[in-house]
Amino acid sequence: MAILMKGNEAIAEAAIQAGCRLFCGYPITPSTEIPEYMAKKMKKAGGTYLQAESEVAAIYMVYGAGAAGARVMSGTSSPGFSLMQEGLSYLFAAEIPCVIADVMRGGPGLGGLGPTQADYFQLTKGGGHGDYHPIVLAPATVQEMIDLTKEAFDLADIYRNPVILAVDGILGQMMEPVEFPGTYKAKILPAKTWAADGCEGRPKNNVISYYLSSEAGEADNLRWGKKMAQMQAAEQRFAELSLDDAEYAFVAFGTSSRITETAIDMLRSEGVKVGLFRPISLWPFPVEGLQKRVPQIKGWMSIELSAGQMVQDVRLAVNGRAPVGFYGRQGGMIPEPEEIVAAFKTQILQGGVQR
Amino acid sequence: MTEQGIKQRGMAPQGTDTAEAAKPVTAKPVTTKYVLAGFGGQGVLFVGKVLAQAGMMAKKQVTWIPAYGPEMRGGTANCSVIISDRKIGSPTVGKPSVCLTMNQAAYEKFLHTIVPGGVLYVNSSIVADLPGRDDIRIVKAPVNDLAHDLGSAKVANIVMLGIMQALTPSVSDKELEDALMQLAGKKPELAELNRQALKAGMEFANRL
Repeated sequence: MAILMKGNEAIAEAAIQAGCRLFCGYPITPSTEIPEYMAKKMKKAGGTYLQAESEVAAIYMVYGAGAAGARVMSGTSSPGFSLMQEGLSYLFAAEIPCVIADVMRGGPGLGGLGPTQADYFQLTKGGGHGDYHPIVLAPATVQEMIDLTKEAFDLADIYRNPVILAVDGILGQMMEPVEFPGTYKAKILPAKTWAADGCEGRPKNNVISYYLSSEAGEADNLRWGKKMAQMQAAEQRFAELSLDDAEYAFVAFGTSSRITETAIDMLRSEGVKVGLFRPISLWPFPVEGLQKRVPQIKGWMSIELSAGQMVQDVRLAVNGRAPVGFYGRQGGMIPEPEEIVAAFKTQILQGGVQR
Repeated sequence: MTEQGIKQRGMAPQGTDTAEAAKPVTAKPVTTKYVLAGFGGQGVLFVGKVLAQAGMMAKKQVTWIPAYGPEMRGGTANCSVIISDRKIGSPTVGKPSVCLTMNQAAYEKFLHTIVPGGVLYVNSSIVADLPGRDDIRIVKAPVNDLAHDLGSAKVANIVMLGIMQALTPSVSDKELEDALMQLAGKKPELAELNRQALKAGMEFANRL
């Protein structure tokens, strides 16, 4: 039976259903319902909700629990996510699975509480130091938040890699009908023989990120590079809407993809053949799926709640074969579908943007 | 109490995605976009939840978004609800087809956002008789007083929900009452009070 649930609560409930039994975090609008729900429900599930003294502490609690083999998560919003970057770099290097939700709000700085997608670079390019990428998943409905949260824990375990749920403030706060358990099918995963969970009767495991020689450091980096190439080959996800006959395409994720869907309805009613390419994995960016559409699309346009970040990945994928426009709002403002239609006409139909 | 522009009972505004609000009822999919606003504590978020719950129980597509930012801290609250026969794209409501303003600040903020042909419900117990618009229907109802007559000022929001149900329903009366009972019917005395408030609102609207 369907129930109404806020996106933040849906993430928390899905995490518990996926076997997460430890949540470490620090509340921050607009993600606060995640820790709130965990505080209420985790104990009943036999787990622990732990409010850290800061996001820096929270991410290292995640490190410790993940290193011991636990399914662990945190949830935060942009300024808190920035504080976690050092830890995420360490988690990547120590190859510790974890799931972090970033419910994005206005920035830079303390910013505002309104919804944005302006953490895209930080999320997808490896926000901390060193050569690394977390897997980044971007749901567009509350139901998808459930399905992707569950899947995120499996991906984290399979690749021993941090997985980030990229959510904007609207999706976090919005209620929609959802159904549990959702589409996710549980996988049987190998035991975590690498975990530092007690070494009686076996050699001890170290789950650390430090190497004493540059040769060893390079070897590790090359190995991680191979792992990231595997993720790029196997984990590109996207959805398409009205693209089969399309001459033009929008690219948008999360809430901006929802608004763009309405803009597409408006343009289609005027006879403009336009569709939507919606990245679900922001990293790995779904280059292959997008490039399949390149031969038919005469103009692309990225719609974001930012100054234009994903548009760079769209341009790389389109690689000069068609013009790529951009429209976005910032600081917590949300575009109306009419604004998107107007920008599309100016930039793409009237040739305001060159390839 | 006054009312303006209500000529026909039970005529829902036909706010479609393209906001062609004045067109007559057709088989076209209907999308109703609500903005519900007032002081924190007046229960406007709850009214939105009941509408969304009822829409979901009626097998329609629904979204509910609260204004969660600094607005909340200024003592005003509002939420946006969409109930639709089709998949909901943009979940935000810039131009509502049905708007509820429980206080004066909300009235002033949202009066000019409503699509032509839309309906504005006003809590006339506390909102002064202010300039309105000719191209929307404005329903003024003293819901604080009506709720007070029922013995609890707290249910003014539910009285207004009853008025909205009588004039611009998105679901059947039973679906709305079932939704209200699911969300606020756990304690028997509250269930009865809420049921009475809903009924009082519908009866008030029937007398308009």
